[in-house]
Amino acid sequence: MSKNKKKIFSGGLGQLTIPVVAIALLVIFNLIRDPSFFGVDLAHNNDGNIVLSGNLISIINGASELAILAMGMTLVTAACGGQDISVGAAAAIAGSVFVKVLKTSPEISGGKVLLAFICACIVAMIFGSFNGTLVAIFKIQPMIATLILYTCGRSIAYWINGGATPTLSSPIITAIGSFIPGIPIPTPVLIVIAMAIVFKLLFKFTALELFTQSVGINQSAARLNGINSTFIKLLSFIILGVCVAVSGSIGVSRLGLINHETLLLDVEMDTILAVAIGGNNLGGGKFKIGGSIIGAYVIQMLTITLYAMKVSSTDVKAYKAIVIILLVVIGSPVVKEKFGKFMSKLLENRSKETVKGA
Amino acid sequence: MMKNNNGFKREPLTDTQLLMSITIAIFFGMYILAMIILQGGFLHAQQVFDMLNDNASLIIVSCGLTVVMIGAGIDISVGAVTSLVVMSCVLYLNGGGNIVGSILLALGIGLAFGLVQGFLISYLDIQPFIVTLAGMFFARGMTTILSVNPQKVEHDGFAALRSVKIEINALGYTAPNGNFIPARMELGVVVALLCVVFIFILLKYVRLGRGFYAIGGNQQSALMLGINVKRTRFLSYIISGILSGISGYVFMMHTGAGNATNAAGMEMNAIASSIIGGTLLTGGVGNVIGTFFGTLTLTTIKKIVVSSGLNQPWWQSITTGGMLCFFILLQSVVLNKRNAKKK
Amino acid sequence: MQDEVLLQMRHIDKKFPGVLALNGVDFTLRKGEIHALMGENGAGKSTLIKVLTGVYRMDGGEITVEGEKISIHSPQDAQNNGISTVYQEITLCPNLTVAENMFIGREDGAWIKHKDYEKRADEILTRLNIPARSTQQLENCSLAVQQMVAIARAVDMKCKVLILDEPTSSLDDKEVNMLFTLMKDLKSQGVGIIFVTHFLEQVYEVSDRITVLRNGELVGEYLTEELPQVELVAKMIGKELDELMDLGETEEKEKKEAEVFYEAKALSSSDALPFDFSIRKGEVNGFTGLLGSGRSESVRAIFGADKVTGGDVKIKGKPVKITSPIDAMKNGIGYLAEDRKRDGIIAELSVRENIILALQVLNGMFKPISRSEAEAFADEYIKVLNIKTASRETPVGSLSGGNQQKVILARWLLTHPDYLILDEPTRGIDVGTKLEIQKLVLKLAEDGVSVTFISSEVEEMLRTCSRLIVMRDRHIVGELKGADLNQTKVMKTIAGGETENVEK
Repeated sequence: MSKNKKKIFSGGLGQLTIPVVAIALLVIFNLIRDPSFFGVDLAHNNDGNIVLSGNLISIINGASELAILAMGMTLVTAACGGQDISVGAAAAIAGSVFVKVLKTSPEISGGKVLLAFICACIVAMIFGSFNGTLVAIFKIQPMIATLILYTCGRSIAYWINGGATPTLSSPIITAIGSFIPGIPIPTPVLIVIAMAIVFKLLFKFTALELFTQSVGINQSAARLNGINSTFIKLLSFIILGVCVAVSGSIGVSRLGLINHETLLLDVEMDTILAVAIGGNNLGGGKFKIGGSIIGAYVIQMLTITLYAMKVSSTDVKAYKAIVIILLVVIGSPVVKEKFGKFMSKLLENRSKETVKGA
Repeated sequence: MMKNNNGFKREPLTDTQLLMSITIAIFFGMYILAMIILQGGFLHAQQVFDMLNDNASLIIVSCGLTVVMIGAGIDISVGAVTSLVVMSCVLYLNGGGNIVGSILLALGIGLAFGLVQGFLISYLDIQPFIVTLAGMFFARGMTTILSVNPQKVEHDGFAALRSVKIEINALGYTAPNGNFIPARMELGVVVALLCVVFIFILLKYVRLGRGFYAIGGNQQSALMLGINVKRTRFLSYIISGILSGISGYVFMMHTGAGNATNAAGMEMNAIASSIIGGTLLTGGVGNVIGTFFGTLTLTTIKKIVVSSGLNQPWWQSITTGGMLCFFILLQSVVLNKRNAKKK
Repeated sequence: MQDEVLLQMRHIDKKFPGVLALNGVDFTLRKGEIHALMGENGAGKSTLIKVLTGVYRMDGGEITVEGEKISIHSPQDAQNNGISTVYQEITLCPNLTVAENMFIGREDGAWIKHKDYEKRADEILTRLNIPARSTQQLENCSLAVQQMVAIARAVDMKCKVLILDEPTSSLDDKEVNMLFTLMKDLKSQGVGIIFVTHFLEQVYEVSDRITVLRNGELVGEYLTEELPQVELVAKMIGKELDELMDLGETEEKEKKEAEVFYEAKALSSSDALPFDFSIRKGEVNGFTGLLGSGRSESVRAIFGADKVTGGDVKIKGKPVKITSPIDAMKNGIGYLAEDRKRDGIIAELSVRENIILALQVLNGMFKPISRSEAEAFADEYIKVLNIKTASRETPVGSLSGGNQQKVILARWLLTHPDYLILDEPTRGIDVGTKLEIQKLVLKLAEDGVSVTFISSEVEEMLRTCSRLIVMRDRHIVGELKGADLNQTKVMKTIAGGETENVEK
């Protein structure tokens, strides 16, 4: 029996302890602060559709781009032991391509949106392979390699649309960015679910997970077992490219315009944070995509909570930083170990007492 | 395999020296080319002084970052801390503070960031990227909490301090209208150069400095060799923190005002400078002289772009990106070749 | 002098989660003696050493040096108390110079006097006859030289107790002799040396006293001259020795009639000079030679582990191209690498994932082995190879060396290879497991698998191989079989006395 107890304290959830605890703490905090915070309503929106609304929905909806990027970033982190800091810039490029293709003619049809998305995907995958080539073939640390695109990505996006910030107005774009008529759940949320399923299937029907982890943990051994680590790393960047295109397109559709300066600004930092909060080692190796997704929601919930507490959008960063530090301190192995020792001592004393009592 | 150890023989360049030499060579090559082809400002010594004046604070934070990177760490809070220091000092001076107080405040803020971040990273074993990312968020957030609007320093003592410029007549030139203009260097540049020299000596001749190389080279070995790894790492962040504080003060002396967007993106420029100067993110390899020239190289390319008439805003960042790409590839190729040869 | 007690460890306890790694162990070291610390893997040798050097904290017991009780909390404490260690893995900084590596962490004062240190380092290097320069970057030195630099460092620290943890495993004979000369020299100066090694011959060559541990407990302390080698082994493994003797006699070695499975002509790689080689079905052959003789490089070339630069390879008579590990694997070749930690295990992954890895790679990206299948495979091989692990989901990194090696063996056995290359499969693992692996090799051969076996212990190879290829200076200098397979002949061929020139 004491064994079971110990297991709980040493983290029965394993890797997911931090993100789950973080979500739980935030939920409890919000419920105490304002019991109606998580109230969800059905309401008519501007287009006359019946849709879900409320803080919870805006959290889940708002975290969509971040969650999708976090999925891809987890894979890159696991395989390469480093992070891509150019995702925001790359998303701006993908978004610009998306708009550029849609703007070739005035009317916007479903097929054209699909075409635009495919173009965005291809471009993002090309930039992903550029990063991937630097990392996998030239053996440059990911953060350094992606610093290049980070530096000039938004300028490339600027150049694609000639410095303009064209707007899109079409029911299809609105449907992608907010709601599909008749479905009360925000479309970006549906896309996140779809992407999560795609990843799940990818891991179920391919050996990608095992290979990625092997490359991330011990590249030399992976190579001698016949794994092409160059390919695995490159692939992780290409998959991240797809994620970048998806979130870039969502971002553009949400606003109905492309602004290369502000689209998904600073998202790279949040994405890396989501991966870390998800309990993944930023040095590569074992990973859990689910953790990163929860990590993304933790970040968004934190942001929305702060907004609800009337913190201005520029000041949010400072509070966010404090919460992040608290989270990682709680999650740090050193603190965990000390806490674990303390708890087991407590348990020991108690069990001694019960023995005595008996 | 076995070599004779009796005969004196010059050692081949170490990785640090090789990468640094390449950068220095490229910097001078580029600058001389600019003098020949673009002429204009490049022919005057003032061009170099301007580059130094504008980038004194970047040089200072890059030095701190180099120290951290040699120890296999990373500190991305440096730009934000610089910005926070500027805003705090401006408000302090405008609120009736004095010069000494403001300098202490700058150092204090830097030290505080170094202490907290260093403690979390070294003693609680949290990933440096996350800690300093949080540090960056915190410093940026605090800056806007202090003031969203730009603040100009209105303080006589400070104005006097700001106006101190070192003039070197020998390097001056006569303007087209006949006036002689001596080369002017701001006080901040002197501070920056002192920082470079100080860090150079620290890294090369002080026990602690070699400790940074040791923990960056192989942390486990460093521990076995009797180095206090945690304390050494802790001190690397303290140094970076204090230098960010100094950088903030120098930044304020240069601009004379505080703005929430001050030093935006400085952390990435500092990382780029260190890399161009031959510091490896994996640790153990790097040199502050290289970093100094890395900063100058980065600045020169921007100047060249502007002087070439490519004024559109995107050109600077695209060429910077291109140059980064070039240096990163160059390093990779050079180091891979050496490693292959060694085998 | 030998009776003066220098270091005494009494009733040392060390607990790890779920394991009692040391249970009331006593250890006594006298002045001016070389004291071998022996035991199988998991016996507690490394733990005892790590307690003594401050890497681990002991949970009970006391340590005295020259009669004074000391407490050791860090490697620094150990150093200050005159206890220096040279580990099996090089624990120096590759990016610093030789001189810096010798003096870092123990400089006097905050300033570094490079010139002084370099001069002192050169003196020591010359005195100890170590082929390195003080200004050289350490990573430019060979592994053996790096190890010697580590010893030089310890020597210069005027240590009272010098711990050598498997110091000879990466040295060749000449270097081992240099080391032994050095050890004897230090001994005469009154230094107490704790010598940890797996090489029995070396223990008998230099040590005065032997302490044997087994399963975290003390078996006993003996004078080397009073303990015959056979008895030592018996004490280490706690088994009767008949089993050990058996193996040599029952085997059936010659397999002449079988078809040639693998044949290479002028095969070369970035690290190996061109060589010819062939192996028959069901044959066990060995590559032998000193470290650096090219034995590992040659088998790596067969597997495509290094960049293959030329040569014609035939498998079952058909020409094939093998330029990368995956090519070799597809042709039924498996390779257990020399360096288990670096090239073998994926430490953080479970035993299950490590076992299925190679088979999964062969199946390809799009045919994943299902969880239940993988579990069945893992369970099967854990049982067959008697792998000691808490469960199949335990990270392989937390297993003992011998069991890690078994997991990697299981990985290759699962692919049902036709030809298995084992490079030092028994290095750094306990005697019991060594025997199990040798038996397994013979069994595989019986089942028709060709095996190439490399070991530093010639005796072990004589026991398992029917043909030995001898290498020297990156060339094959001889091929021994039949009556020539005896220790003297092998030694002579390695040394180059009576070269049987086969091919250049």
